[in-house]
Amino acid sequence: MNNPEIAGLVQDDREGGTFRVHRRSFVDQDVFELERERIFGRCWLYAGHESEVAAPGDFVTRRVGGRPLLITRNKQGEVGAFINACPHRGNIVCREKSGSARNFSCFYHAWTFGLDGGLISTPGRDAYSEAFHATEHGLTPVPRFESYRGLMFVCYDSNVVDLVTYFGPEARLQIDYVIDSAGGQAELEVVPGAQSYSMRANWKLLVENSIDSYHGMPTHQRFFKKYLTDLGIASNADQMAKPGSAGRSLGNGHGVTEKPRHNTALSMGAATELAAQRQLIEARHGAEYAHQACDFDRNIFIFPNLILISTWRTVRTFYPVAPDYMEVDAWGLMPANDSPELRAQRFQNFISFLGPAGFGTPDDVSGLEGCQRGFGAYHEAPWSDISRGMKREAPIATDELQMRAFWRRWHALMMGQTGNTQCGDRLELPAAETVS
Amino acid sequence: MDTVLNTPQAAAADLSVSDVERMFVEEAALLDEWKLMEWLETLANDAMYLVPPLDMPDADHRTALFLVADTYTMLKSRVEQLLGKVNWAENPRSRTRRLVTNFRILETAGDMARVTANFAVWQFAREQTNAYVGRYVHTLTRDGSHWRIKERRAILDMEALRPHGKLSFIL
Repeated sequence: MNNPEIAGLVQDDREGGTFRVHRRSFVDQDVFELERERIFGRCWLYAGHESEVAAPGDFVTRRVGGRPLLITRNKQGEVGAFINACPHRGNIVCREKSGSARNFSCFYHAWTFGLDGGLISTPGRDAYSEAFHATEHGLTPVPRFESYRGLMFVCYDSNVVDLVTYFGPEARLQIDYVIDSAGGQAELEVVPGAQSYSMRANWKLLVENSIDSYHGMPTHQRFFKKYLTDLGIASNADQMAKPGSAGRSLGNGHGVTEKPRHNTALSMGAATELAAQRQLIEARHGAEYAHQACDFDRNIFIFPNLILISTWRTVRTFYPVAPDYMEVDAWGLMPANDSPELRAQRFQNFISFLGPAGFGTPDDVSGLEGCQRGFGAYHEAPWSDISRGMKREAPIATDELQMRAFWRRWHALMMGQTGNTQCGDRLELPAAETVS
Repeated sequence: MDTVLNTPQAAAADLSVSDVERMFVEEAALLDEWKLMEWLETLANDAMYLVPPLDMPDADHRTALFLVADTYTMLKSRVEQLLGKVNWAENPRSRTRRLVTNFRILETAGDMARVTANFAVWQFAREQTNAYVGRYVHTLTRDGSHWRIKERRAILDMEALRPHGKLSFIL
């Protein structure tokens, strides 16, 4: 696929106030192959949370960016991420999803590796020549592996900027709000029970959907108008469509929707405990920070495929297996100091909306799969409009600036551009968009 | 083995495997025919409906993130949503066909019983076919001459909801 073809996939007229994406972007095999190289091959990708490998010897295995990974904590307490394929002939070395181990043995020829990935033993070692050095045959470390406040990321491009620089100050602050809303110095932990599902849809549809408040009321009216009412809760979710909410570009494709916190079974049922946590945050970080961290619902998007949703305390990531099919993984990331009662209420709150059997997510799955079927006519009906709020002074959560920010970064990377991308609607505001 | 009776006063005379079979089969018919209000009436009015996480089939819903952990109030809302017009995931509705088999009584104790069956639920919607495979573990409570479902646990065997993507009907 050549650059003039890619150039035509996004039509961005900041002056005139129109923004549209060609639906070929969602269906084309060549676009998909290029995304694997230029997006998933070059960006930081969420790999897990340090609480999943809390103790020395703990490990998890999972696919990240299509690669099988083994993440371990060694005897010194250091976390490492390795390609979970035997350096000898390629078999998957560790076949468990998680657990605790002293070492990892590939069953194929019994090569055995330590928690630090080093080769420990090779049956019939004397058959190898002097040119065979065990130190060169350990598990392959991922090119880059960094954590930010417990969130672990990998990158398959060794030249990528460090993780904090990759976030930039604005996205980093948003992440901090979610982490600090746990209460004071409390740690977060990934809770038991992972959600592993899929959508027969292009992955970029889930990027859009995850930071799209505009669809909230039409798509999810059964949650806001029926389910909450049945629980005796007055919904005030219409705040998302009013000033006081915001949809923002956070630089280099990252974005957020912020809405004044809406009523849920958790906010109403655990008001006292949540207020106590808020006081801890205020004591530690000040009133304004506590206001930001506690009084808003945030859907934070970290380019290219990580979503943090504060309302349900969700971490969600996804990866395209094909242009029209993605795998989705989601976990609950909750304060480790929750009382058992509060934790149970958080579980109830999370699954009431989010996940493959919630009162929200199945309608999103159905909608995004419907979009993908609609894209079958991309020759005849080629454009998706993403211009909402483009000329508004301060776009609100039901506007689409945060989606345009994603698409601008996507387009720049697909065009092979390096360095920062101006992702806002107005080019004359570079300060907020620049990551040094 | 037909039954596993853990208590001496096991109410074998009150609850036979064929009773259990009839209960499961009639429940499946109500669900496949979308007679959901009628189905709801077969449950105790404090019943819970649980679908454990796929990676932790034996988990407790208070200490793990389930797929479904409905109280009766939530389940009633779920049913009414399914029968309403704005449940987009089930509008138009799926066709489902349940094959329920391998009935066993796991335990009886006075007015309580735990029973199990295997299931394969086929779902057809929007030109897609999905199979949901697993087992039920129901806790029954005696209500006069009837046994009612007090806890309804549908434990899936799949490792992930792929390519299903969702669980949008009552399993």
